[in-house]
Amino acid sequence: MLYTKLLHKDHNSINKSIALIDCNNFYASCERIFNPKLIGHPIVVLSNNDGCIIARSKEAKKLGIKMGEPYFKAKNIIEKNNVRVFSSNYSLYGDISQRVMEILSSFASDIEIYSIDEAFLNLNGFENYELNTYCHKIRKIIKKWVGIPVSIGVAPTKTLSKIANLLAKKKLNYNGVCILKNLIEIKNALKLIPIEDVWGIGRKLSLFLKKYNINSAYHFSQMDRGWIRKNMGVVGEKTYLELNGISCLDLDLLPSDKKSCCVSRSFSKPIEKLLDLEESISTYGSRVSEKIREEGLAAESLSVFVLTNHFKRREKQYSNSIKMHLPFPTNNSINIIKSALEGIRKIYRPGYRYKKTGVILYGLSKHNTTKGLLDCDREVSDSIMNAVDKINNKYGSSTLKVASEGLEKVWKMKRANVSPCYTTRFDDLIEVKL
Amino acid sequence: MSKKNDILIFKNEPKSKRITPFFLDSVSAGFPSPATDYMEAKLDLNEYLVRRPTATYIVKAKGPSMTDAGISSGDLLIVDRSITPRNNNIVIASIFGDLTVKKLKKKDHSLFLISANSEYPSIQIKEEMECFIWGVVTYVIHKATT
Repeated sequence: MLYTKLLHKDHNSINKSIALIDCNNFYASCERIFNPKLIGHPIVVLSNNDGCIIARSKEAKKLGIKMGEPYFKAKNIIEKNNVRVFSSNYSLYGDISQRVMEILSSFASDIEIYSIDEAFLNLNGFENYELNTYCHKIRKIIKKWVGIPVSIGVAPTKTLSKIANLLAKKKLNYNGVCILKNLIEIKNALKLIPIEDVWGIGRKLSLFLKKYNINSAYHFSQMDRGWIRKNMGVVGEKTYLELNGISCLDLDLLPSDKKSCCVSRSFSKPIEKLLDLEESISTYGSRVSEKIREEGLAAESLSVFVLTNHFKRREKQYSNSIKMHLPFPTNNSINIIKSALEGIRKIYRPGYRYKKTGVILYGLSKHNTTKGLLDCDREVSDSIMNAVDKINNKYGSSTLKVASEGLEKVWKMKRANVSPCYTTRFDDLIEVKL
Repeated sequence: MSKKNDILIFKNEPKSKRITPFFLDSVSAGFPSPATDYMEAKLDLNEYLVRRPTATYIVKAKGPSMTDAGISSGDLLIVDRSITPRNNNIVIASIFGDLTVKKLKKKDHSLFLISANSEYPSIQIKEEMECFIWGVVTYVIHKATT
């Protein structure tokens, strides 16, 4: 009853059409573009270091392989069913994602790129039947041009469009497009969605709600608004209103300026020596500086962290981080590495088996090239970085690097089953038989 | 409004970086270069070879030459997936999941994939081959001297 009242109060939002476009099993689909043999064959993609399963094709999901499951735990099912295993190839996935997003932005004036494989589009102003044709057209073009299958959900709010998208994937007769525009459609859809599948409601919150017998999205949307606010705060209330057709979350059109930037990796095997940690910190420091230079930013401070493998309960555990202030805002690899190394030496404790390190840069702002009275070496080092970036762009990354990054890199990431970078390296182009 | 579903909005595709010089001669004294007023943007092969960057992939040909189609082993092929394949197009076809370069030929009511090399037989496309056209080859980049 509250539901219909709310919907009628705000005519603007029921007329809104927000589309969520989601690439189906994105990483697996990327691998399939260049390897059509894998169509219909189960595929999994592993996280950095080949640790966990982070993507599964539909066929792999059916075999019962779980999201986030450690690779070694699933190895049995994988070998038995001849599942193809890939290390993650972010150069490939990134390029394919960019193509999808570029095509999407030609279909609407407003687009929010939500993640590597999801985007919200503003499709206001379409009549319902047109909307349906339009969405099928978007789907068809992305499939044909890029080779990626997508699902599209359209609804008056972002949260509802997520739900429409879930249904577009679940219900085969929808052909990948689900449009929820009128009250009855929305109501029926909400009844099909378990509470834990609602966008913005995490595992913890859904457990809490289930204690009150709130099991479906519909049930949640019928609660008393005051109760929601009292128990779940403003964020919960927003989700509640969005489910009731009142748009509270606008499209985020401009990615907000980055305030921090992090590069961290787990090692392929545990590291004990300070020297090896220093090498990894230098490498990540160098990479993170490169990243902010690409965006024309400079950092004010940084932090360095180390941790041991807390899954290995029998081993001694240690984790620590330290914040370091940079003498002036900089994006110079040498300055950043120098400071990061100082940090790691302070927090390093011998006798532990380290699993992961990382460097995080804070206080990012537009790099301004005017120098103060006292930093006379800045101009010189900026031009060094310029030259280094140019050379590395031309001859491949890490052609020129800071010596403390080391050469051997015993800790380097494991990527045993990585596919070629088909779209970004000439040496990796796919070969087709004449 | 009723025709809206036929409208495709296209933004300008970002082009690769080109530098257009503003002044050929510097501001200093001396005779100004007579070419200054005639400077144009430099030629850009990306613009020439790639009509739709989002739909274009580059692949490498491998195997005995398709002499009739002018393709040799090692050549780079520009493949545009946005083009609908037509009779006599050079295409990348997937046959049993393998990508191959062939010429598409329509005869009567059947489709054939021709090898463009008389030593190889033509293949008639049949349902069980799980065949689909992956993309249409628009340009062949061939190195003239080795």
